[in-house]
Amino acid sequence: MSTITSRGAPPRVPSVTEPAPPAAPAGRLRRRLTDNLTAYGFLCAALVCFALFSWYPIVRGVLLSFQQVNFVSDPVWVGWENFETLFADPLFLTAWRNTLLFTGLALVVGFAIPFAVAVVLNELRHAKAFFRMVVYLPVMLPPVVVAILWKWFYDPGPGLFNSLLRSVGLPPLAWLNSTDTSMLSLVLVATWASMGSATLIYLAALATIPGELYEAAELDGATVWQRLRHVTVPQTRFVLLVMMLMQIIATMQVFTEPYVMTGGGPEDSTVTVLLLLYRYAFTYNDFGTASAMSLLLFVFLGGFSALYLRLTRTRS
Amino acid sequence: MSTTIQRRSLALVLAAGLGLTVTACGSESDDAGADGKVAITVNGQPPKTQPFDRKIFDEDVAKFEEEHPDIDIQPREGFMDPKTFSAKLAGGQLEDVFYVYLTDPANLIARRQAADITDYLADVPHVDQIQPELKEIFTDDDGRVYGLPTANYSMGLLYNRKLFTEAGLDPDQPPATWDEVREAAKKITALGDNTVGFAEYSKNNQGGWHFTAWMYSMGGEVAEKQGAGWASAFNNDTGREVAETLHAMRWEDDTMGQKQLLVIEDVQRMMGAGQLGMYLAAPDNVPTLVNQFNGDYADYGLAPMPGGEGTLLGGEGYMINPKASPEKIRAGLQWIQWKYLNPDRMDANLQRYADQGQPIGLPASPTPDIWVDGEVRDTQESLKEKYATVPVANYQPFVDGLAELDKKIEPPNAQQVYAALDNVMQGVLTNRDTDIGQLLADAESKANQALAQVR
Repeated sequence: MSTITSRGAPPRVPSVTEPAPPAAPAGRLRRRLTDNLTAYGFLCAALVCFALFSWYPIVRGVLLSFQQVNFVSDPVWVGWENFETLFADPLFLTAWRNTLLFTGLALVVGFAIPFAVAVVLNELRHAKAFFRMVVYLPVMLPPVVVAILWKWFYDPGPGLFNSLLRSVGLPPLAWLNSTDTSMLSLVLVATWASMGSATLIYLAALATIPGELYEAAELDGATVWQRLRHVTVPQTRFVLLVMMLMQIIATMQVFTEPYVMTGGGPEDSTVTVLLLLYRYAFTYNDFGTASAMSLLLFVFLGGFSALYLRLTRTRS
Repeated sequence: MSTTIQRRSLALVLAAGLGLTVTACGSESDDAGADGKVAITVNGQPPKTQPFDRKIFDEDVAKFEEEHPDIDIQPREGFMDPKTFSAKLAGGQLEDVFYVYLTDPANLIARRQAADITDYLADVPHVDQIQPELKEIFTDDDGRVYGLPTANYSMGLLYNRKLFTEAGLDPDQPPATWDEVREAAKKITALGDNTVGFAEYSKNNQGGWHFTAWMYSMGGEVAEKQGAGWASAFNNDTGREVAETLHAMRWEDDTMGQKQLLVIEDVQRMMGAGQLGMYLAAPDNVPTLVNQFNGDYADYGLAPMPGGEGTLLGGEGYMINPKASPEKIRAGLQWIQWKYLNPDRMDANLQRYADQGQPIGLPASPTPDIWVDGEVRDTQESLKEKYATVPVANYQPFVDGLAELDKKIEPPNAQQVYAALDNVMQGVLTNRDTDIGQLLADAESKANQALAQVR
């Protein structure tokens, strides 16, 4: 910024004998605006984009939560009525329970697997790049393609999984068709589709662990499990924590898998918060209640994001 | 020019450009056509992937404009998409004349998202010849009218005549009761090779939609008026009978296949591939099976709803943008009447379909069953017979049986009620040990919550 100032009108340098008169506040402001005009000009583009596509929709969403709208006449303020509608909906609690279940299962399955895969990949001596690419490949598939592909895997009749089970003499499973296995089935899909990115991040974290630590552990006679527990995990603890928080935030917003694969069924066992929100907005055209629901999710996830920011700030 | 000035100028140009863009986004386009014509946008134009239907539509636009030189029709592709409807309305992009399914008008009227056309109807010919129960769907409690029906369907039993023959069943004597459906399904499933006797939807509210059709077929209701409001009416003996019949077909008879959570496309695919014996459908499914799923007209038969009590009415129509000017409303109604409700064009229209070997003879477009008994209906029936290109006899049981059935419209807040009933369908089709009483009670509670919001 000082460079820009020096290229503009040269500031008047007060002499030692003549004390400079204090500049008027209005004049100072004008000068500062003039000095920074270029910066403000360039900033405009970003500000307009953020305002149009982020801030305005957020503010509008909050307002909509307290309004009834038909997009023809003026919105009607309805106070907490949209929230009351939501709380009276028996599916509201079901949706939160299912979403938390999905998040919990995703932590158990989807959190451990990418880390384990990263540790194994890190230990590989040959074809490392090939296996990294193989693990990352599903990330490049569009989510809807993944969901449709897995729908066939899960087909209780001639599907891939049940064919495999039958071939080894095991009874077939109902997968998506049963309330007992539907949510776990969705978690497996989501984990498979997204583990590539998490694995790469873990691999990067593993690469930063000094080799001397492992050498020292080996000299002390540590087993593989002990090295993993006392060297690898403590050294990647921060990345693990951040990834966990990011995963919670991402999995709380699960939508594609239940929308494409189960439609929320069977018997509402896979209705998630976003799926219910989607139904309110785009099936029932009740944007007020949908916005109320999104506001609740926003507050909930805001808490997690605050925690995430606090953790990263503490670390830095 | 110094670097600073150049940079500042660039920044200001950028800012001004963005400002102009934003202003342009917010401005309303001028709808008035050239030469003082009334320009109206209309949707319902078939996509280019349906070349025949598209050609017919575009020819109609040109012909209409020739006959109405003061109106400029601007056609748009697409039909009713609830996902984009509100956004288009809010953004001023909703067509002046827009397509709706018969499930839509009740909510659109309640939210005032369609224009009141009552005062303009006196100028629209043949409106009095349209079936009153269809017009009722577009009418509010005060008798104000917000749209016009252009086609309707009644649900029936669509069956595969080829599989019926292979299973030793008479394709000319389709099942008339649910017990007969069960027996036929058993024989068809016994053919093996993954053949499914009877399939049913159970996802994306389509399960609830068909559960409603089942209820009507057994003389039941899913919602009924109680005082000033509405309440669900399916947690009773009829509802239990429907659920128990489906449960028995799925688990005792094992005639509904293992894969569940099906939607219409899944079932149509099975039928088109010759792997399905029967499903509940409207006549307009037949051309879809032929054109999109490689079926053959000769393979399909249509019977009235088993149960013999009632059938679910559905269909389509057109409504007018609530922001449309009176001139546009008048022009829009002229288009709807000329294109879809025009007895004077029936002969020439069917001739075009016949020349191209398109299906004529089904109780569906281009000969929709929307007219009351009288001159218009008689004309259509005689022309249908004259130009028939599909084996009309295969659908005769449906046409003959329809008169005996009570035709019922969908419940209010249909989608939410269907969402509740989806669960009943899913419960009986995916869980052998399901508690039907509990399923119905849970669905009742959800449906009542939805019905309590009917305004």
